[in-house]
Amino acid sequence: MHPVLTTVLQRLGLGFITLFFVSIIIFSSIALLPGDFGEQVLGQTALPETVEAFRRELGLDKPAWVRYFEWVAGVLQGDLGTSFSGRADSNSDRSRAVVELIGPRLWNTLFLASVTALIAVPLSLFLGVTAALKRNSFYDRSVNAVTLTTISFPEFFLAYGLIVLLAGTFPTLSNVTADMPLGERLYKIALPALTMTLVIVAHMMRMTRAAIINLLASPYIEMAQLKGVSRSRVILKHALPNAWAPIATVIAFNLAYLVVGVVVVEVVFVYPGIGQLMVDSVSSRDIPVAQACALIFAATYILLNLIADIIGIVTNPRLLHPR
Amino acid sequence: MSTDRADDTSRGEKGDILLEMKDVKIDGFSDEMWHPIIKGVDLTLRRGEVLGLIGESGAGKSTLGLAAMGFARPGCKIHSGSIMFNGIDLMAATEDEKRELWGSRIAYVAQSAAASFNPAHRLIDQTVEATVGHGVNDAEDARSDAVELYESLQLPNPDMIGARYPHQVSGGQLQRVMTAMAMSPRPDLIIFDEPTTALDVTTQVEVLLSMREIVDRFHTAAIYITHDLAVVAQMADKIKVLRYGVEVEEAETDAMLEQPKEEYTRSLWSVRALEKPEVDSDDIILSVNNIHAAYGGSVKVLDDVSIKIPRGRTVAVVGESGSGKSTTARVLTGLLEPMSGSIEFNGEVLPAALRDRSKDQLRRIQMIYQMADTAMNPRHTVGEIIGRPLQFYHDLSASARHKRIVELLEMIELDESFIDRLPSELSGGQKQRVCIARALAADPEVIICDEVTSALDQIVQEGILKLLLRLQKELNITYLFITHDIAVVKAISDEIVVMFQGQVVEQGLKSEILAPPYPDYTKLLLSSVPEMDSGWLDEFVANRDAS
Amino acid sequence: MSDQESAYSAAGEVAQKRVRRSAFERAWIALKKAPFSAWFGLIVIICYAIVAIFAPLLSPYGEAQVFAKADAPWAMFGGLPEHVFGTDQIGRDILSRLIYGARNTIGIAILTTLLSFAIGGSLGLVAAINRSWLDQLLSRAVDVLMSIPSLIFALMLLSIFGSSISSLIIIIAVLDSTRVFRLTRSVAANVVVMDYVEAARLRGEGLGWVMRREILPNIMPPLVAEFGLRFSFVFLTIASLSFLGLGIQPPTADWGSMVRDGSRFIQFVAYDWTLALPSLLPAGAVALLTVAVNFMVDWFLHMTSGLRDEH
Repeated sequence: MHPVLTTVLQRLGLGFITLFFVSIIIFSSIALLPGDFGEQVLGQTALPETVEAFRRELGLDKPAWVRYFEWVAGVLQGDLGTSFSGRADSNSDRSRAVVELIGPRLWNTLFLASVTALIAVPLSLFLGVTAALKRNSFYDRSVNAVTLTTISFPEFFLAYGLIVLLAGTFPTLSNVTADMPLGERLYKIALPALTMTLVIVAHMMRMTRAAIINLLASPYIEMAQLKGVSRSRVILKHALPNAWAPIATVIAFNLAYLVVGVVVVEVVFVYPGIGQLMVDSVSSRDIPVAQACALIFAATYILLNLIADIIGIVTNPRLLHPR
Repeated sequence: MSTDRADDTSRGEKGDILLEMKDVKIDGFSDEMWHPIIKGVDLTLRRGEVLGLIGESGAGKSTLGLAAMGFARPGCKIHSGSIMFNGIDLMAATEDEKRELWGSRIAYVAQSAAASFNPAHRLIDQTVEATVGHGVNDAEDARSDAVELYESLQLPNPDMIGARYPHQVSGGQLQRVMTAMAMSPRPDLIIFDEPTTALDVTTQVEVLLSMREIVDRFHTAAIYITHDLAVVAQMADKIKVLRYGVEVEEAETDAMLEQPKEEYTRSLWSVRALEKPEVDSDDIILSVNNIHAAYGGSVKVLDDVSIKIPRGRTVAVVGESGSGKSTTARVLTGLLEPMSGSIEFNGEVLPAALRDRSKDQLRRIQMIYQMADTAMNPRHTVGEIIGRPLQFYHDLSASARHKRIVELLEMIELDESFIDRLPSELSGGQKQRVCIARALAADPEVIICDEVTSALDQIVQEGILKLLLRLQKELNITYLFITHDIAVVKAISDEIVVMFQGQVVEQGLKSEILAPPYPDYTKLLLSSVPEMDSGWLDEFVANRDAS
Repeated sequence: MSDQESAYSAAGEVAQKRVRRSAFERAWIALKKAPFSAWFGLIVIICYAIVAIFAPLLSPYGEAQVFAKADAPWAMFGGLPEHVFGTDQIGRDILSRLIYGARNTIGIAILTTLLSFAIGGSLGLVAAINRSWLDQLLSRAVDVLMSIPSLIFALMLLSIFGSSISSLIIIIAVLDSTRVFRLTRSVAANVVVMDYVEAARLRGEGLGWVMRREILPNIMPPLVAEFGLRFSFVFLTIASLSFLGLGIQPPTADWGSMVRDGSRFIQFVAYDWTLALPSLLPAGAVALLTVAVNFMVDWFLHMTSGLRDEH
């Protein structure tokens, strides 16, 4: 088998194993719940039979591995369980399926993240590459100082700073709805998208700059210069083919960061996304929803890193052209 | 393009001045300051002439070689002086004007071929890139010319090798491809920057040969940079010796070898002047019996190795990289457990694993490393480094320890003032001396020396070797001396073990091994070591063709 | 050759000679050459430390002391003169809560970082030296833990264990120790392969000596820098969690929950920007400290890597 294929398959296998372990960790969290949890969710007034029924629904009467496989089977079929909320203080069940809760919000979060990525990725690659090429220039130093400051700021500080500056221009509440036209939607998310762009660009620009500087220090780049190859050709022909792997890593790392940063930003701007849902479910200790959100975040994170590694593998000349 | 372009005289006659550098001064940036690296050097090179540029580490020879192209590495700048190449003032030339020259009129061959080829492109594309890019030749002719160059450089499969990627061919072959790349535009001048330093001797001689032939054939002028005088003697018409950024002397090659004007020049081959008279002995202190060893249980590196080491003598283990000589040392010290075989020390079998050996057994066998830099903890002072074995093995009190440390420092020709220094405050030779003192502190019977002189300059090597010989005489210590350098072997050994691909080719007294009849490999190894004689390479070819 | 011998002496060989100075002198010399950003960072950090240590002496009122007038604006924007930064929604003095918040937020972050280094650092060191199944096990476990974003993981664990200060410290310390583990292991692995460590093992030295005397002194600079970075990361995580209402719980004053409390008026900021101040002030306090720490770390890294070049 071709080494590229072997390595890609190995990497895929590793990603799958990681996901397996992550799912076990997330799943076993439910086993760590305190014993009186049923009463807590259902309220003090719940009948013992209701509590017992609830425990059965969670499957606490079955062995852990059986519950795990039932849960995984459910997840694979798109069944993430039933929310705990809407059960307390009444013996009638008004809870909803987790999928129903997550579906529209996941779409909102993906929308916000994609808009941010569309602005942030090209911008930071441009800034990072130009700063690396003009290393130690005034431009490089000022971009560096600004980004070092920005990466130190918590997201909520940037968010409130932007609100103070731009509250007159853009809405401070991003309460989008499903039937909103695209233009209005974009207008509503201007501030959260801008906040996240600032955070991501700072990180990503610094990493891109470091990766490119590292690449330009290779002896083969000096050799190309000493062959009298023009500057643009040195960059395009000699540096770029070897730059895909580091650049892909930088992009994936930052998109993963974006996925996490979204939580705080959604809360600041009251944006109906999955991040806010997770925060709400954690404060109300709605475990099935929290589990589902954690699983989605972790899977995204693993997937992004997987894609970056695979790009690195398929662009590696040593693997592409084996001995 | 046909190869007779070399006879094209439109660019000047052989013997005209091609490159003239006057009072060149180059500064390097470190410690937040500019320091001079080259302090005013003149250099004249005529067409078709090869100049050897030689000096020890830090002499500034690479910096000067690159300056001949008008190039300074990041962190360096050409401060003043004039550099005229073929009537063009490189100090005044713009980047674009210099780029026009690089890769067409001046070419560069780097030390590390493996790092200097772009991993993403085929060799042939990189070979002709500059030639085609500068419009010296069109792509098709340049390619067919490159294949001819590969052939004359004796690369295997010259038609096919260009289609390969850098990581698919060996280091020696890559170095030849790089020479072809430099030669492709038929430049007036090639700068060779230590092109054979990273190669084994048997590979080095082949690469040298093909480089010299091709430079001769096209009457290309060249600057050949190296630290090895014997190598440059084969290549150069004249030699310039540099030290601390200043010229020591310049002379025709033969004149310099026979009658160097400066004492420093002679010190460049000082180790070759040492020769220890061998002494035979049957009192075996350490014997390695039929050792088989492998890394990770699979890659076999030692195949039935047996060595006998007589007391108070020096046994030199020679071989090229991958011969298993360092692995033998690891087995002896217990770091690598052999799959089978035994080690006998003073007639007793030594436990195979380090952890099973007693403190006293460990004390009796000490080790000195190649890189003194990494062999000493940078956070410990000289006193702590030498004092630790005294405390650990002999449990000396603080005052007795201090007294003994001073004695040991005197033995290695250093004084008490060194006690509080950190390794970073010592020179290369002093570091290696402190490592020797640390080994001596244990009162060992055997010291394993793993390439202990190969990272040092010649004059420092000589000092270390003399020290080791004196210590052996005074203390009756036994050395197992691992090295790839035949000059060092002659200087220090009584017996020699030749290793090749994990096996012992032969073992015997120095006089027996270094005299015919040789097994094939020993012969190749010995004959590949360049000698201080400009006719050596011709002799090598004559002998090889004869046999 | 004889005259050459007299000319050459081992002790006379040129080496780098440096004047040995005390640690304090060296630090002072380094600081004198330090750029503005490092000085700025140092001064800010010292100020924060003073505020945190002497909080009860510096703050005008108690941490949870309630006054009659709630939601008073800043004194300079027409509020009560005795409350410089006004009061919050239940009438507590904002300045006093900011000062106590420094003590609580920074104190908890330092405790967490120390715990995280104790766990990650020692395991990383052991893994680097051991290099066997233990290293494999720990490294793979860390790979899995790190494949869940730490804020998300922290949120999930908090949903199970509930938000108390002790569970907050333990959860974040354990999650963050994965990064400390990775760094310690990789830095220590570079030192473990050094010949001087091998020399110590060949001498017969025990594991404790090798770890303490040979390895630890040589991995300190990167670990110190990492301590700064981890501290600011932990500090930001705790502030973010508190901001989300899942970190430090009332009545304990802390900056993250103060930002959250102040955010009630955020949709009116377009009409009166001073309404953003109750949020912006604690958020700025968080930002200023992380900027200062990052500036210091940047300078420290530059300095220690510069020293390495010298050798």
